[in-house]
Amino acid sequence: MYDQGKVVTGLAIFVIILTFPVWYNLGATQHVPKPELPKDVKKCVETSAFMRTSHMVLLNQWRDEVVRDENRKLVEVDGIQYTKSLQLGCMKCHPDRKKFCDECHTYTAVDPFCWDCHFQPKETK
Amino acid sequence: MDVKRRKFLKIAGLSAVAGLGVPSAFTNLLQGEALASSSGQGNPAEGHKPAGGHGGHGEESTGTQYGMVIDIKKFAEHQGLADRCINACHTEHNVPDFGNPKDEIKWIWTDDYAHGFTEHSQYKRNAGLNELPVLLTCNHCANPPCVRACPTQATFKNEVGVVVMDFHRCIGCRFCMAACPYGARSFNWRNPREKYANGNYKFYKNGVNPNYPTRMRGVVEKCNFCPERLAVGKLPACVEATGETKAMVFGNVNDPNSEIAKVLNSNFTIQRKPAAGTKPSVFYII
Ligand code: SF4
Ligand code: SF4
Repeated sequence: MYDQGKVVTGLAIFVIILTFPVWYNLGATQHVPKPELPKDVKKCVETSAFMRTSHMVLLNQWRDEVVRDENRKLVEVDGIQYTKSLQLGCMKCHPDRKKFCDECHTYTAVDPFCWDCHFQPKETK
Repeated sequence: MDVKRRKFLKIAGLSAVAGLGVPSAFTNLLQGEALASSSGQGNPAEGHKPAGGHGGHGEESTGTQYGMVIDIKKFAEHQGLADRCINACHTEHNVPDFGNPKDEIKWIWTDDYAHGFTEHSQYKRNAGLNELPVLLTCNHCANPPCVRACPTQATFKNEVGVVVMDFHRCIGCRFCMAACPYGARSFNWRNPREKYANGNYKFYKNGVNPNYPTRMRGVVEKCNFCPERLAVGKLPACVEATGETKAMVFGNVNDPNSEIAKVLNSNFTIQRKPAAGTKPSVFYII
């Protein structure tokens, strides 16, 4: 083979560049999202596991019930009543969008447009 | 040559048979169309029973149909009452006030009689009538053209006969604005959350109602008869603002025992553009 030295060196450099992200981040810890939980409230309308994966499904369902079906009945779970509302329900316990919602939304690069219209508790002061 | 001719005859025969079926299919289609347009609104797939209005004229709506009676003379007796109603509504719903008619958002507004009631004769009408503020708003028509125009069902008629907007669904096509004969709808050309230099929202009198959302740029909005207030047993914000004056009466026009039905029964009332066939649920005592 001609230019064996050059080819092998080139290949080696190529492989190093290709795997650069892997070994560059080796050992460095990633930022894991840690949404701030309410201190005094321990229960939610559903389990944490459900909320983690499906809160958006629940929110859409609530929205359709309230806006389209005029069904504004409170949701009762374990004797506690909740309003079917992001602004007037969820954010009563999770008032800080940055520390709660955005933690995971930023991490997973989703950008929901809830807050284009709905107020966060602090926003109106 | 022969084979080709046989083939041609076969195809011609088959086409003739197929052609015979076309007229009946066509009739079926037409009937389907007629059915669809007479059921007016509501999506059968979603199981929504249209509450009040069906298409077709003359047909009385049944079921709950919320409506409003506005007594124009009472607004003459109480100076500034109309403005208080507008303020109550627009403050309650975080309606922006950009101070220019091009970007104006209005859920309820005033105009004079001549502009509000263009279909009614103005010939030798008493001149004083035009001095009075006439409150205008969405008529929550029993037969709403805006609902039919909306391609996404963002505008729909709910169980209690209110023409509601689901702002989440509006794509801003503005078909509904073209369809509404009353100019009851406004488009958000600008971000309704714009702020002044001092950080205040450009809302009516800078009032913010933290319990009600705003809209976003590119959606249409209008009066929804305050469903969030009705749900907790309150009257619409504008009606509440009229207090004891009885300048506005709200209720189910199809319930003969309701206050509004009695008012309608004992007064001569008119509606805006009756010939449009939309059956407005907002009535005026002139
Ligand atoms: S007044 Fe206009 S917006 Fe309101 S229901 Fe009638 S057609 Fe629709
Ligand atoms: S502008 Fe919005 S509400 Fe109006 S017809 Fe289009 S989608 Fe429907």
